[in-house]
Amino acid sequence: MAPLVPKTGDAIFASIDRVNAELFTLTYGAMVRQLLTDLEEVDVVNKQLDQMGYNIGARLIDEFLAKSNVSRCVDFKETADVIAKVGLKMFLGVTASVSNWDPEGSSFSLVLDDNPLVDFVELPDTFQGLHYCNILSGVIRGALEMVSMKTEITWIRDMLHGDDAYELRVKLLKQIPEEYPYKDDE
Amino acid sequence: MIGVGKIKHYTNLLEKPLSRGRQEVSLSAFAFLFSELVQYNQTQVDNIAELERRLEDAGYAVGARVLELLCHREKVADSLEKGTEHEDEYMISEKELLVNRFISIPKDMGAFNCGAFVAGIVKGVLDSAGFPAVVTAHFVPMEGQQRPRTTILIKFAEEVLRREARLG
Repeated sequence: MAPLVPKTGDAIFASIDRVNAELFTLTYGAMVRQLLTDLEEVDVVNKQLDQMGYNIGARLIDEFLAKSNVSRCVDFKETADVIAKVGLKMFLGVTASVSNWDPEGSSFSLVLDDNPLVDFVELPDTFQGLHYCNILSGVIRGALEMVSMKTEITWIRDMLHGDDAYELRVKLLKQIPEEYPYKDDE
Repeated sequence: MIGVGKIKHYTNLLEKPLSRGRQEVSLSAFAFLFSELVQYNQTQVDNIAELERRLEDAGYAVGARVLELLCHREKVADSLEKGTEHEDEYMISEKELLVNRFISIPKDMGAFNCGAFVAGIVKGVLDSAGFPAVVTAHFVPMEGQQRPRTTILIKFAEEVLRREARLG
């Protein structure tokens, strides 16, 4: 079989079904509002958003791999580029930039200027501790864990807190080697 | 309580241009999000009626805001009909509702319909436009088709009909 050519984020985004971003944004807003009403504590909501994102990421990775034809990433740097240019584009229709690599190449910053989750959103004073887009950190963490990378993701900059962009710090904790359910030599 | 002490920079947010009204996201992004929304709500309720109610409330919040930003879908719904039994009833039906496309209902949930979310959106839009109504979603089994159609039933409030009669 001929090797599959990896597609660009734009090409994939153009070829899949899309919906109005506002519906997506408003639905996310409704969900965050529900969580705040039910759970009340900002820290609990942050955790819940992360967990929901994790669940999504674990399923989303299959679709990502199927539609993007990317081959195995050679190193973490490639992973970062793929997330920023292909992954985010494919699902959210936006791209991010990768920066601030640490000297070992095990953590980087993902910077988003455009974020469909937060259109028309303002945080009231009572919820300043809320990481409104925490679902994103969960999605990335969940997706990466399904491809054998355990990561830790934290928010560095948040436009809803007055910063000029959204910045996520992605740190690779360890690579989990794939375990096969049986051993050949047994 | 949510909403209290809410809007500090109200004017700034409103002054932002609506220039990016035509942005899109992938359908699967929406489907994943909606699926988590339903799953989360399942943990918060004891029965299906409550689940539908919560989805409807979430949809209502969306609808109240979407009125300003319209352009919900590229195509219009499959059909809009007037109910035969009551003057105040209208129905919008759709063969494969967006929210129902990727959701399968386990048998023990019986008649649950995620269309409750869409019903909520419609109710939110109508309410904000000054046409209060009771909006519900129903499955209508169709002969020869595997999946039933979804019908959104709109029952307008008394005052709407009275007003129409006055203006008509």
